[in-house]
Amino acid sequence: MSRLSVETDGSNPLFTPLVYVGGVIFGFGLALSGMTRPEVVLNFLQFEDLGLLFVMGGAAVVTGVTFYVASRFDSSAPLTGRAYGRRIRELDRNVVLGGAVFGAGWGIAGICPGAAYASLGTGNFPILWALAGMFAGAYVQGYWRSTRTNDEAAPATAD
Amino acid sequence: MLEGLEALFPNGVVPYALGGLLVGLGTAVIYLGTGIIAGASTFLESTLSYVSSVPRFERFAYSRDWRVTFTLGIVSGGALYAVLSGGFLTGEFVTDVQWWRLLFGGTLVGVGTRVGKGCTSGHGVCGVGSRSTTSLVGVATFIAVAIGTAQFVQALGVTP
Repeated sequence: MSRLSVETDGSNPLFTPLVYVGGVIFGFGLALSGMTRPEVVLNFLQFEDLGLLFVMGGAAVVTGVTFYVASRFDSSAPLTGRAYGRRIRELDRNVVLGGAVFGAGWGIAGICPGAAYASLGTGNFPILWALAGMFAGAYVQGYWRSTRTNDEAAPATAD
Repeated sequence: MLEGLEALFPNGVVPYALGGLLVGLGTAVIYLGTGIIAGASTFLESTLSYVSSVPRFERFAYSRDWRVTFTLGIVSGGALYAVLSGGFLTGEFVTDVQWWRLLFGGTLVGVGTRVGKGCTSGHGVCGVGSRSTTSLVGVATFIAVAIGTAQFVQALGVTP
């Protein structure tokens, strides 16, 4: 992802409304798909209903086609001037280690971050337990990593 | 064969696939307008930068405002679905999964998504859509471990 124009992100008056509308569509889709309901996720992980395969699959097909087509054209995004890129991260042991910890948490709680936000919107207030845990977990790893590598100039990434 | 499929997909596939297409569409709308590939879990760290001076969170401070907007949109989208389906504040969507599972599991999700560079949306939707090897490894890892964990918890007799 280009970071050339991060300083000017948000300067276009349509930037914030567009991000909000995209979030509404995203959250509506998560709620419609059942990802917002821990029972549905656990049923998937326990092989009782494999429908969730079509959620990630359907979403990845749409993003795959969109990213592919947009990045073929030598143009930039109208609201920010950013180049159209793809989401590429370095593969290291953190991907496997973090993925395993995330998987254990997803298997215990039945909820992932985006689905937790949408779940709160549906009125599932007990999900605040999970959100509190997510913030606590993100804080603990950030604090721990900052004390271990605070002299290392870490590149900014976003996903 | 058909009976086997019905056992694996007792609720069909239509709402799942439609929901997935909309998740992809929301990501695509933001991408086409702004060039930003928006995942959900960075919000956890970028939002902490408002209240914490831990250097790790400062890395995400530049994007924290639009990530709040994105998350408020996701919350609104969930509410819109609940209202249109008639289940808003009726208790229909309130989970029976026990609070300690949500809290403990959520904590591991918070650690793991951030150490592992992405979550179900960052790796699963955006990374896979980018044909990123890193994301395919991440997705394979978290789904395999999640399946093993959920079935282990179930085998211990914890319900729900």
